[in-house]
Amino acid sequence: MSAVIELLGQEPYWSFVRLALFLGGVAAFVGANAAYLVWVERKTAAYVQRRPGPMEVGPQGLIQPIADAVKLLSKQVLVPPEADGILFRLAPVLIMTPAMMCFVALPYGSALVPANLDLGLLALFAFASVNVMALMLGAWSSRNKFAIISAARVVSQNIAYEIPMLLTVVTTILMSGSMNLSTIVTQQGGWFWNWNIFQLHHNPLVWLSFLTFYICMLAETNRAPFDMAESESELVAGAFTEYAGMSFGVFFMAEYANIVIGCSLAVILFLGGWNCPIPLDILPSWLGWLSTGIGGALVGLGFFFAKLYALIFTVIWIRWTFPRTQFYGLLNLSWKILIPVALVTLWLTSFLVKVL
Amino acid sequence: MLLTKEQALARSAHSVGGPNETFVLNLGPQHPATHGVLRVKLTMDGEFVQRAEPVCGYIHRMHEKMGENRNYSQFLPNTSRLDYLSAMQYTHAWCGVVEKACKIEVPERAEYIRVITSELNRIASHLVGWGAWVMDLGGFTPILYAFDDREKILDLLEHICGARLTFCYYRFGGVVNDVDEYFLNGTREFVPYMRERMKMYKKLVTQNIILRKRIEGIGIITPDQCRRYGACGPVLRGSGIQHDVRRAEPYSIYHRFDYDIPVYHECDSMARYLVRMDEIEQSLRIIEQAVAKIPEGPFVHPKVPKVIKVPAGDYTFATEAGRGRFMVRLVSDGSDIPYRVKLRTPCLANLSLFEETSAGMLLPDALAHMGSLDLVIPDIDR
Amino acid sequence: MKKAFKEIVGGAVSLLTGMRITLGQFLKNFRKDHNVPYPHAVLPIPDRYRGHIIFTNDEAGLSTCIACKACEKACPSDCILVDGEKKEGAKKKSATIFELNYTLCSLCGACVEVCPTDALTYSKRYNLASTSKAIYSKIDLIKDLDTRMAKERPPAQPPTPEQPQPPTPPPAAEPQATQPTQTPPQ
Repeated sequence: MSAVIELLGQEPYWSFVRLALFLGGVAAFVGANAAYLVWVERKTAAYVQRRPGPMEVGPQGLIQPIADAVKLLSKQVLVPPEADGILFRLAPVLIMTPAMMCFVALPYGSALVPANLDLGLLALFAFASVNVMALMLGAWSSRNKFAIISAARVVSQNIAYEIPMLLTVVTTILMSGSMNLSTIVTQQGGWFWNWNIFQLHHNPLVWLSFLTFYICMLAETNRAPFDMAESESELVAGAFTEYAGMSFGVFFMAEYANIVIGCSLAVILFLGGWNCPIPLDILPSWLGWLSTGIGGALVGLGFFFAKLYALIFTVIWIRWTFPRTQFYGLLNLSWKILIPVALVTLWLTSFLVKVL
Repeated sequence: MLLTKEQALARSAHSVGGPNETFVLNLGPQHPATHGVLRVKLTMDGEFVQRAEPVCGYIHRMHEKMGENRNYSQFLPNTSRLDYLSAMQYTHAWCGVVEKACKIEVPERAEYIRVITSELNRIASHLVGWGAWVMDLGGFTPILYAFDDREKILDLLEHICGARLTFCYYRFGGVVNDVDEYFLNGTREFVPYMRERMKMYKKLVTQNIILRKRIEGIGIITPDQCRRYGACGPVLRGSGIQHDVRRAEPYSIYHRFDYDIPVYHECDSMARYLVRMDEIEQSLRIIEQAVAKIPEGPFVHPKVPKVIKVPAGDYTFATEAGRGRFMVRLVSDGSDIPYRVKLRTPCLANLSLFEETSAGMLLPDALAHMGSLDLVIPDIDR
Repeated sequence: MKKAFKEIVGGAVSLLTGMRITLGQFLKNFRKDHNVPYPHAVLPIPDRYRGHIIFTNDEAGLSTCIACKACEKACPSDCILVDGEKKEGAKKKSATIFELNYTLCSLCGACVEVCPTDALTYSKRYNLASTSKAIYSKIDLIKDLDTRMAKERPPAQPPTPEQPQPPTPPPAAEPQATQPTQTPPQ
């Protein structure tokens, strides 16, 4: 047994084992997140609305997501007779795969980088844009009028948010000088004023950039108040109208996976990723284990998740506060406010980075 | 509206593949936005509504015909089931028309009780309408807050009449049970509580920029359209016509109270929204005055005949229900069973507007517009 | 330009106000629970609650119904069936059949109001649900009164006169929390 472990610890086997471990970890993370973010969402919604939320299955309804998953898994995946069967079944796969791929490129901690890509940011955006196609495909192939209206909305919504989002990301790339996500995070190390969101000497409007990024992230993940594609009071369930059982569940999981990715990106680009607000080097020596080895990795992971879930909570909080915008509302917001703001910050940042 | 041949062809869904291709979207009878079994056949050009044709009758229960084969007090429970959200005012209209025909006098205390319960019911009705509409617009939290407040009203009304929705509380010549101190104190406490909540609603929803962008300037209903279709209630007052049955055709003792009729001249969905919110405030004013002045005395006229025989004739009586003017027309041949009962319900008139006013709107705007009409489907079909 | 900026800032402020209110409600829920976890706890049912009708009883535990059929006539939905006979030595008639077809009943209370002897009252039963229509299409009020009286009295008491066994079981027992309010008015 130990010989096997030793063998696996050696190159070239180790890279495969590492890959398998990370893939398993990412899959488990995506699954657990999707399941328990649903629980968090239901509880938050309930508390905002003065209800107790799920209470029956397990203490505080903690087993509820598992019960839901079992229910979804045990249901038949119905394909409407008029639908394009192949595309209809392909769409859930297409929406989940890029989301999983994005997770591989994210740096969770200084030692927890599944794939350290030099163009990680670019890869993330490339994967994330497949999302729209998958939704459109699913909606189109189900041959449902509501779904097709939803598909048209998804695609045209894409135009509204992608431009300001990419402009903001370009601004942060200018500030960091790298597209490698690990490098971006490492550069923000030390005291919290090194985080990009406090780098006012590079970009005085960085708070607006962050806000723009966050709003675009909400639109990208089809979350309220930009959930025109799903808008259950108008289009029944939008693109998912014909989906049942686990094929609907996969869309659902992908939605939460995309929220996690979007919020992780916001944390990495603006809030210093896994960095602690104070540098860990200044801690007294008996706390030194916090900055090195497994302790350091866990602390990093802890801070990353704390920031991540604070942002995710805000996403949920926003959903249960606001009514839905209209499609032209998003376009107006994007073209009249977000894009000018993003362009001005981009211009200002490039000026300040190059000149100063 | 008569169409020319070209218009009719342009509206038809047969130009497949062409630039003017339209499709028919069947909204309902089970659709989350129609809040009941209303079906709207939408001829769509992309996401633009070309023509919205409401199809009624999915919950038709022949209430008018039922009125013709049962006696006057047996028809009483039916009136709670037309617009189940304003059951009090509907029962008031039926009691009112029989009292008017038989010249039954209603004691002072009963009139006050009727005003208080009617206005409480109006608040509850507007809260549901408001919450459901905001839910149509995608905001899920306000309806729960609205139901929280409505629950307080329903608890009070349940305490006096034993039912929470189909109250059936009024009787010819009064009400069925007297109110007690518990109810009056509860109502007194409710008024300031509700005023605080209204401030909160204003901050949470009315001033919200997303909501304002969605309903301001959307769904214009001109005063002329209102007149042509006989629109009533908040829809009419949102179009700048100051018409309220409580003022225009005074009934009960509404003339004794000091209250305003909110009117907005913008004619859009926001105007109708604001009319409803203001009406809640005005209802609170009426309740406050009525609770302060309620006299002692009998709660029902002591000498109401057991079997009511209405003298032959043609009688009408209208009340201002939550959604507008509800009128009962009663034709009697002198027997103990009505010869004809005609129920003029506000929602049918308000729905009739929809086809004309929603043409050319985007689908979400059309649904927001439909929400602003605050339709209750059993009231349309009867 | 100035107006546009004002609108943007005003809009942002309105959004933040909304978020502050919902966060306030969110935090309030941690301090105080507003809710009654329904099947585990039930709110008290008001005295005037209009459930389906049941018989009242006199001191002897018998119904005061005189089978005058006033309720049958008053019922708008034709859901009451009454028949009675004059028993040996009794002054008035008493009901031998009193069936309520609850599937038709609209809970208007006309029958209770017309009853000359106050033999009818509203029950506090509210969770009336069943998988078969038969249980509620014939609620036997006489049998129901007997069951209630048998529950209240010690079993030593002689049971009320034999009733023919109805084809369907009586409605399900009331939930626990409504028991205290179940004592019929004397």
